[in-house]
Amino acid sequence: MENWSLISLCVLLGLTARWAVSFHSYSGAGKPPMFGDYEAQRHWQEVTYNLPVHEWYFNTTNNDLNYWGLDYPPLTAYHSLVCAYVAKLLNPEWVELYASRGYESHSHKLFMRATVLFTDILIYIPAVLLYCFYFCDGSSKQKVATAFCILLYPGLILIDYGHFQYNSVSLGLALWGILGLGLGWDLFGSLAFTLALNYKQMELYHSLPFFCYLLGKCIKQGLTWRGFFHLVKISMTVLVTFALCWMPFLSDPKQPLQVLHRLFPVGRGLFEDKVANTWCSLNVLIKIKTLLSRETQLFLSFALTLLFVLPSSLKLLSKPTLWQFKLALVNTSLAFFLFSFQVHEKSILLVALPVCLVFNEIPLIATWFLLTSTFSMLPLLLKDGLLLPYVVTSLAFLFLSLYLLSALERSTEEELRLGLYRKLTQRWLPKLNLSRIIKWKFWFSLAAMAALSFTSVWLKPPAKLPDLFPVLVSVLSFLHFLGFIIYFNQVQLMEPQRKKSQKKTN
Amino acid sequence: TVMAAPMTNDQSWFYALALGVSFLKCLLINAYHSTDFEVHRNWLALTHSLPVSQWYYEATSEWTLDYPPLFAWFEYGLSHIACFFDKEMLVVPNLNYASPATVLFQRLSVIVADVVFFYAVKECCKCLREDKGKDLLGKPSFILTVLLLWNFGLLIVDHIHFQYNGFLFGVLLLSIARHCQNRHFEGAFLFSVLLNLKHIYLYIAPAYGIYLLRCFCFTQSNADGSLQWRSFSVVRLVILGTIVLSTFAVSFGPFIALGQLPQVLSRLFPFKRGLCHAYWAPNIWALYNIADKAFSILARGFLRCLVICALGSFMFGWHVHEKAIMMAILPLSLLAVDSRKDAGIFLMLSVTSHYSLFPLLFTTQELPIKIFLMLLFTIFSLASLKTLFRKGGALLNPLEVTYLLGLIPLELICEFVYPLTVWQKTFPFLPLMLTSVYCALGVTYAFIRLYISLLTCSDTTKKTKMQ
Repeated sequence: MENWSLISLCVLLGLTARWAVSFHSYSGAGKPPMFGDYEAQRHWQEVTYNLPVHEWYFNTTNNDLNYWGLDYPPLTAYHSLVCAYVAKLLNPEWVELYASRGYESHSHKLFMRATVLFTDILIYIPAVLLYCFYFCDGSSKQKVATAFCILLYPGLILIDYGHFQYNSVSLGLALWGILGLGLGWDLFGSLAFTLALNYKQMELYHSLPFFCYLLGKCIKQGLTWRGFFHLVKISMTVLVTFALCWMPFLSDPKQPLQVLHRLFPVGRGLFEDKVANTWCSLNVLIKIKTLLSRETQLFLSFALTLLFVLPSSLKLLSKPTLWQFKLALVNTSLAFFLFSFQVHEKSILLVALPVCLVFNEIPLIATWFLLTSTFSMLPLLLKDGLLLPYVVTSLAFLFLSLYLLSALERSTEEELRLGLYRKLTQRWLPKLNLSRIIKWKFWFSLAAMAALSFTSVWLKPPAKLPDLFPVLVSVLSFLHFLGFIIYFNQVQLMEPQRKKSQKKTN
Repeated sequence: TVMAAPMTNDQSWFYALALGVSFLKCLLINAYHSTDFEVHRNWLALTHSLPVSQWYYEATSEWTLDYPPLFAWFEYGLSHIACFFDKEMLVVPNLNYASPATVLFQRLSVIVADVVFFYAVKECCKCLREDKGKDLLGKPSFILTVLLLWNFGLLIVDHIHFQYNGFLFGVLLLSIARHCQNRHFEGAFLFSVLLNLKHIYLYIAPAYGIYLLRCFCFTQSNADGSLQWRSFSVVRLVILGTIVLSTFAVSFGPFIALGQLPQVLSRLFPFKRGLCHAYWAPNIWALYNIADKAFSILARGFLRCLVICALGSFMFGWHVHEKAIMMAILPLSLLAVDSRKDAGIFLMLSVTSHYSLFPLLFTTQELPIKIFLMLLFTIFSLASLKTLFRKGGALLNPLEVTYLLGLIPLELICEFVYPLTVWQKTFPFLPLMLTSVYCALGVTYAFIRLYISLLTCSDTTKKTKMQ
């Protein structure tokens, strides 16, 4: 069968899965007075449509920042504005200032879901297809299979089409950035990534690898003349893009400051709710939130993040290849997720994207990570009434990755890149079959996640510990993520470049 | 290192396709469902709560039991599992009861009942000529499996609109497979069971009857294919008769004993609706043609005849549902992977009739789903059949292609443009009429071509799967 028909079939299946998930509930459905992220997005359409630009980020009589004030950079605001124009055409009640607060109707839900689908088709899906076709090894069937599995990653589908967000825009733009860099179109890549950054500030998790990769490339080209000139061009692209995005806010010095204040709420504390990172998990044993002062917390968070980010970034700086770039993206964003300030559970999607990109090379570990990332968001998904899609998409994803990408067969020690582990165990336990151990751990971990999912739904937590199950989910996910960050760092820092992938990099 | 080919195991692809489509069906659990959902809930309730003597008299709900007794027993069996989901759904006066647990149970019952369909498809694949050494995507059995398991019509009628067609067509296909495998007693038994599950299959009963009579009861044919009258086997006829009659006896027995047969028949065949007269007409045509030709009916001929019976009754029958077109498409899929001409007819018929099912899902929410799934099935069938029969030119001539492409503007007009015009209020049924008329052209064309191919296939007596 021809390639184009295979690709269309995969895309159509991906779209069907997405739209079918969108039938289910969204965040904050029927829960006044605050509702949830869905109402936040609707509210932003209302605010951007009815109010002038200079009032968007300020607390005014018309714009109560306590009720879902804008806390994403300007591109999100412009996107909401465009959606609002369409909404006004269809039904003005949807964006009526004040009167539309808490508006919920079947047709409005269809409209909102359609906006997500539209941007997904426009930005994210083409990026995934292009990535798989240009940067995946193997036959064309293998590439289509990889694209299919990436498109069916449950976490992104459940959050975007269930909970309701537009992660496909920021992640899609970041992916275009990676594509650009991989193809050698550095300016285009920088442009795309800057746009991603201006859509969601969480993309900062990815910024360090982008910076190190580009800087490393420029250095390789020689810091005098060519390299330096290249660096200047990139910087200019970034600055101009920033200027263009922030243009309406540059007239008054108070504006950008207020926007930054909204984007980075430093007053909010080390973590909120249950999230699978170090601080929340540590808090179970030692109440660090109350024990340590705000400054100490900030310092500790900064120090640990830096500690985990530095080796990966330096290695990338010294060896700017695509493979290193992808691994650095994984390591950096995972480090930020685990140790940074004010992390939300949805931020795991920022780590999931680069892991999707190493799907083809390390399918088993990638599948494992992606399933864990979906599992880590279980409390959020249960709150949104997304149990059925969670179960179906996770099982489908597990089955498809194992079957189509032969994840379990491609798990020899060399394929799993267990170099360092082998060296460590060589001395004392030379006969250890690391590959089999990994597979056993994989199945055991899946069983644990399945069991915990089951108990979270069916059993009632004891009265003294009402948050027992979300905490258990967070801690279990945290332990997994800790293992993954060690593993991925090991892969990036220890192994020499595979000869085959050398051709694809620049 | 080796980039392993995805599918190395011989049969694993079948289970992968079956599991994949089941996942898709699970995702559609919360989609729109039609009144048929309430119909079946009502039947669960009345078979569970009422004694057998009341089943065909119960009329609290407007959706009275109008399927044969074996289906009622099937619902009775399901109702015992339904207890564990939500007891309230089994209370007859709870009209239109649709709690989340009820929806989950009913949808799951359709998905699980499809296992019969999966098994039947697997058996049908065994009847195909295999081409060793072809890559997986070009194998006839793979293509047939996708065309059947992922059939667009079944997906949207069974798993969105809500019905149990997958289960029933499973029984039909299994019966066909058994005939292909020369296990005729089992085939006859399965078809009798099918008739007692849903009597709409009476449309194709003549094809069965004639085939069994001609090819099974007459144990031998002459060299030129004509009947050898002396080879008539009374034993075989008697055994067949016993099987069929005993099936009917088990099914209708209790009701005959209670003296309720007229009531049951009146529920199954509501004569008021004028079903009777036009019912047999197309079948008489088919009967006449077959009786007229004294040649041996090949297995292909049997299938062809079946399809024509189904299609004929679809076209000329009274009070026919658009869903009845499935009875023609599914057996035609078996023919399509075997012969070029049939593949062309299949493409015309399947695309047209799948499009004609669109009005069944009229909600805006389901619009993307039906378009995506329709495109999915159409692209797959076009691409795979084209690859399978790549030697020998195009499968569809330019006129056919134009007709099929015309479905796109038709859909745009009917579903997007027309609702925005002034005429939507004054002539609201115009889009439906346009759809029906346009599709009728395609279906009639396919019917005529199939008829012609039946009349001419006797001249090409090649090696068959049969005796």
